[in-house]
Parts: sequence; structure tokens; C-alpha cells
Amino acid sequence: MAKVLVVTSGKGGVGKTTSTAALGAALAQNGKKVVVVDFDIGLRNLDLVMGAERRVVFDLINVVQGVAKLSQALIRDKRLETLWLLPASQTRDKEALTEEGVGRVISELRETFDWIICDSPAGIERGAMLAMRYADEAIIVTNPEVSSVRDSDRIIGMLDAKTVKAESGERVNKHVLITRYDPARAARGEMISIDDMLEILATPLLGIIPESQDVLRASNVGSPVTLNSPASAPARAYSEAARRLLGETVDMMVPSGRKGLIKLLLGRRAA
Amino acid sequence: MSIFRLFASRPAPAPAPPSAPIARERLQILLAHERSLRGQPDLLMLLREEILAVVSRHVTLDPEKVMVRMERGRNVSTLEVDIELPNGFEPKLAATG
Repeated sequence: MAKVLVVTSGKGGVGKTTSTAALGAALAQNGKKVVVVDFDIGLRNLDLVMGAERRVVFDLINVVQGVAKLSQALIRDKRLETLWLLPASQTRDKEALTEEGVGRVISELRETFDWIICDSPAGIERGAMLAMRYADEAIIVTNPEVSSVRDSDRIIGMLDAKTVKAESGERVNKHVLITRYDPARAARGEMISIDDMLEILATPLLGIIPESQDVLRASNVGSPVTLNSPASAPARAYSEAARRLLGETVDMMVPSGRKGLIKLLLGRRAA
Repeated sequence: MSIFRLFASRPAPAPAPPSAPIARERLQILLAHERSLRGQPDLLMLLREEILAVVSRHVTLDPEKVMVRMERGRNVSTLEVDIELPNGFEPKLAATG
């Protein structure tokens, strides 16, 4: 059965788009048919992070307004057979998105895909509301930092009140994904601890993504980090998070700042 | 002066106390407050609308001229309602009364 998953946060710049691309690719690598949908109308970026920016012809708003068919707007990933992108519009204003129109597109996507991942814009306005509106599951992307945790709490409140699921007395299945985790700063007591964040947000943990150069490098070249450097720490953390989404039990690894012994020796020799 | 002093490590600058516990405490207090407000309609807007409805049943008035203000004090809070009535509203009063 198809699942609609929203990737949201309230605060901007925490890693929603990066996480959407990385998890979408990881789910597709597990053989699932996945579409990632960009809801950030006017400020689309998922196409760029996925490396498909030059292949956009039609977009979500064209489909909502009936100008283009869904099949014309969907872009198939060049690396993964089962991964697709539905880009946002760059030129139209976000008023063009209607609740009813988004509902129609989502139900059409449900017929073809296993996972429909909605990349929410920042904020709590219309675009963010529509991205979460039809969600079955939600990932709240959070950084270990006060303003991000506060906004996450606000978004969790909205997921529990303003989604179709919530209004019909059901619950959206929520997960917290901690990104930009810096083990060295955590060890010095400069970063809110993971336990404290989970206790404050009272929401189960999907994964911890360490702060890493690999994430930036992947978006520079337009490839999800799970494809671009699959052996890197963030890619492994995203892959494990994707397996948890699929219902597997995977031990949670808290990133530690320490390098392996071999790496340490090699590093020393190089220096 | 002892020669050992040469080998003694220089006193390191005192490390900054960990700030994470402060962040946690501030968040816990703030979020408890924000969650208690969630889902409630804005009290002032509600009061303003209902007061406006009651008064305009008897007097024609300009909705822009209705001010509702709340001041929160330590021990007591006050609600201030300021309604500006146009001159010559009596006819409607007389007609209904």
C-alpha cells in the first residue's frame, strides 16, 4: 500500500531537502517505487539536489491546474530506475496550490508509487500545511539547537491537528530525524543531548545524521548522499533510517567523534 | 624556583561551562507554556467579536472603533473595552426600546 511521507521542520536550513533526496534514494535502492515531491513553490531546490534541474519541463502546479498530465511532469532519476521527482514551480506563486488539487495529485500518485515523499517548505504557512495535509507518516527534521527544537514542537502540534488523518481521528505516524549532529560539540556539552531532545519532543527517533562534508559534496554535484558516497557516515545513517521506515529493527548508532585506529595511524603518517 | 616548573603544563584557560543544560531548561519551560496555548482560539479576538455583536444589536457602530485590550499583571489582569459610539445613536435605541 502506498505511503505518503512528509519531510518537515518549521525552521529553514535544517536539511529537509537533503534528507528527502537521501531517504528517497535509499528507499528506491531497497526496491521501492519512490516519488519525491517538491512543495517549495517559488523556491524549488529538490531538482538541484537530485541533479535534475535541467530536465524540468512541467511541475506540480501545472499538474494541479490540469495544464500537464502527471506522467509529463514526473522526471525519472538517471541512476535509479524506481526513483522519480515531481518538481515545484519556480515562477508561479504558491496561491496556485489548492487543497483539493493537491489531494487529486496525491491520490493519483498513490496508484503508482510505494512511497510519496513530500518535501515541505520552511514555515507554517500554506505550502507547509499542504505538504503535510495528506500524510500518513511524518519526519520532523531537527538540529540540536534551541530554535529548531521549538519549531519542531510547533510542527508536531500541527501534524496532530491539521492533517486529514488527525481530523478523521487517526494519527500521523511521526519520527524525529536529527541532522547536523556534531559529536565533538556534544562531548563538550555545547549541544542539546539526543536524550533531552527526544524527551522534549516526545517523538520516536528515526536516525541521527552526523554533520559531514559528504553531505555538502553530494549536493554540490547533484546526487543524494546515499548514492554519491554510500560508505560515508551520513549515507549509512540515512540508509539505516530508510530501513527503519520500512519496518526493520536497526540498532541506533550515535555518531562518535573518534576515528578508527587505522584511520588514526594513517592520519598520523600523512601528517 | 623549581626546575620541575619548566615541565609543568601551563594552566589551561577554564573551559566554558556546558551550555546544553541551560538550553534544555529554557526549552522545557517555553514549550510547556506554548503547548498550553495551542488549540485555543485567540481569547481577545473572541471577546472582541462577541462584544461587538452584543452592542451592535442595539447601536449601529463602526467595528474599527472597538478596542479590546488585556493587560497581564503579576496578581491581577485587566480587560479594557473601549467602544466609540457615534453621536446620534439614540434613535435606534429608542426604536428598539
